Amino acid sequence: MKADPSAVATGVHFIDGDEACAEGAIAAGCRFVAGYPITPSTEVVEHIARRFPKIGGMFIQMEDEIASSICIQGAVWAGCKSMTVTSGPGFSLMMEHVGLAAITETPCVFVNVQRGGPSTGLPTLPGQADVMQARWGSHGDYEIIALAPSTPQECFDHIITAFNLAEKYRVPVFFMMDECVGHMLGKVRIPAADRIEIAERKFTTRKPGEYLPFKVYEGDQPEMVKAGMGHNIHVTGLTHDERGYPAMNAEAQDRLITRLCRKILDHTDEIAMYEEDGIDGSDVTIVSYGITSRVAARAVELARAQGIKVGLLRLITLWPFSDRLIQDVASKTKSLIVAEMNMGQMVLEVERAVHGKVPVHLMGSAGGAIIEPEAILARIKEVAS
Amino acid sequence: MTTQVDTEDKPSPAKGEVYITKERCKGCSFCVAFCPTNALGMTKKMNAKGYNLPELTAPEKCNGCDLCGLYCPDFAIFGVRRKKPEKKGEQA
Amino acid sequence: MTTKPVNPVEPLLRMDRIPHIWCPGCGIGTSVNCFARAIEKADIPHDKLHVVSGIGCTGRVAGYVNLDSFHTTHGRAIPFATGLALARPEAKVVVYSGDGDMFAIGGNHFIHAARRNVDLTVICVNNLTYGMTGGQVTPTTPLSAKASTMPYGNFEDTFNLPNLAEACGAVFVARWTVFHVRQLVRSMTKALQRKGFTFIEIIAPCPTLYQRRNKLGDGAATLKYYKEKSIIKNGASTAEAGLGFQSEIVVGEFVERERPTFTENYAARMKEVLGASFVPYEGPK
Repeated sequence: MKADPSAVATGVHFIDGDEACAEGAIAAGCRFVAGYPITPSTEVVEHIARRFPKIGGMFIQMEDEIASSICIQGAVWAGCKSMTVTSGPGFSLMMEHVGLAAITETPCVFVNVQRGGPSTGLPTLPGQADVMQARWGSHGDYEIIALAPSTPQECFDHIITAFNLAEKYRVPVFFMMDECVGHMLGKVRIPAADRIEIAERKFTTRKPGEYLPFKVYEGDQPEMVKAGMGHNIHVTGLTHDERGYPAMNAEAQDRLITRLCRKILDHTDEIAMYEEDGIDGSDVTIVSYGITSRVAARAVELARAQGIKVGLLRLITLWPFSDRLIQDVASKTKSLIVAEMNMGQMVLEVERAVHGKVPVHLMGSAGGAIIEPEAILARIKEVAS
Repeated sequence: MTTQVDTEDKPSPAKGEVYITKERCKGCSFCVAFCPTNALGMTKKMNAKGYNLPELTAPEKCNGCDLCGLYCPDFAIFGVRRKKPEKKGEQA
Repeated sequence: MTTKPVNPVEPLLRMDRIPHIWCPGCGIGTSVNCFARAIEKADIPHDKLHVVSGIGCTGRVAGYVNLDSFHTTHGRAIPFATGLALARPEAKVVVYSGDGDMFAIGGNHFIHAARRNVDLTVICVNNLTYGMTGGQVTPTTPLSAKASTMPYGNFEDTFNLPNLAEACGAVFVARWTVFHVRQLVRSMTKALQRKGFTFIEIIAPCPTLYQRRNKLGDGAATLKYYKEKSIIKNGASTAEAGLGFQSEIVVGEFVERERPTFTENYAARMKEVLGASFVPYEGPK
């Protein structure tokens, strides 16, 4: 379906990534946001707080991030598209409810404008060190989807993708911004509402008595439902059967957890979004994402100017991680450098997928400042020589 | 699901009667302890789980107040008032 | 042929999940009986009534009621319910959970939902202990009472729940024990019919883990203690409602007042400031 024209701020704007993210969420049909102030994500909820009363949305600033991350799930079960927004320590607090959203298959979006950590770390400075936390932060086994935008325009475009994926796969989706992308001003083109494709939540059409809320009738997902449809649903964070009733035994666990993982992993290649440039026949390929991928692009330019054959793979989808994509890249290049603003997180996935086929190097940093293009260039030269 | 009620109790001139689902009872004796007319008593009879069961030991005293139903934590007993027999035009 | 009457609690229950997990003499089931009758009296259609629970023995209530019901995470029933209630203003949302869940791990959420006057009915079965995990001390375990993590007797002061609820802004505050079933039905009915944050504390036995450890007899003995030691004081100051070990228990309806709800305040403020450009939230699109 198309976005709501009465809410979409169609036009060309000069705004930062945080505001673009908020506008994208509005375009995506999000009408419930719960959040808690935390730098550098606060501008997202501030913008939502200004905009929502004019478009029929409901925003609430909760008492903490634990509350925010479950408040949105109450709203989802009322039928709303919902999100919460946070950074650093707030993201840590939300992990409990990432697990709840995963096991209850509650479609929702978690925005994390990453800053330097751990703990209070660097509130006003960037980092990309939460990408593994997004993947593994809650206890237990589950799969999620995570996207990393690199420009304010992508903050708008891909938060819509995030909402659409949440609906399609009934899964929490992480929008892994960073302080730089969030506070960076840029031109953001917001299309006319009828040019914005958004996923409609498809509620079951089965009658009460003929519907089980966690039974897969077709495809990979159970059919969505909301409170008040007459199905008397039961939703629990306990391991449950197709009725949604607690079923605490190994068989039920195996059935549920396997399905929760497979419904994402079996679609890894459909979910994978990326951009590649000059990989085929290169001596070195940089793998990067978020703000660092823009720096890497500059480093690639500099290296090419010096005659080095360098490719660039920019990941937009971080999770599920596409082994096939990396293996394909590894077959076309002689070595890989993973550039990321952390001490080495996605590089572990790349190494795993490449499985020794070509050398994999890390261009990491502890965060706090973007990695300079010259630093990446130096690494390229080192690896290419 | 239909209610499984056990109505061994004989009809009596009492104002009320109780229904007990024996297999749900856990023998807590709330119903007996707080029956305002002392119509109920605990027995030595047990259900399959080994819990002692209450019984309408003085059926003539039951007024159908349903306090047993309000107290019973296991949804195993409840009381109803009998319809007055002299009333004309009883519902079919 | 006469039809057999149905237990009045059954229309509210998921009968395919009965018998429940609660121990003999536990008071939670008794509170559910009262809840079923209150729903009937309050005349709320079942599709407009949702129950949200946290974790623990009382947290299992959500799993037994045949309504749209949500068994959330430990301590977080209230923020989940807040999202559900704000996003679905036509429904009545009830939070049904225990003292440990709601006042230890969930204490922060309780005070803020009461302050905001979110339209929720909050029912706390206070059995003075963590039952599911084996009888640990909670914020309401009386001084000197033993708990598995207070083997020498509790030395921490307790919360007076009605007083806390009143201080935080609840518009209706009542306390009963599970002995007071008829009064409980009445108060639950009132709470369900009222707009805003309404709170009912239900003092209940945990014979397996609180009464036994403290040598207080079984559930029935505990209800007899409630009968003997409760003092009904409707309209009493909640400051008088503190509980000690096997002390007198002040019960009654303590607070009834009017305050605009979160949603009403939101709409009023936005209308005033934004005028015609305010678009009220009207449920999910």
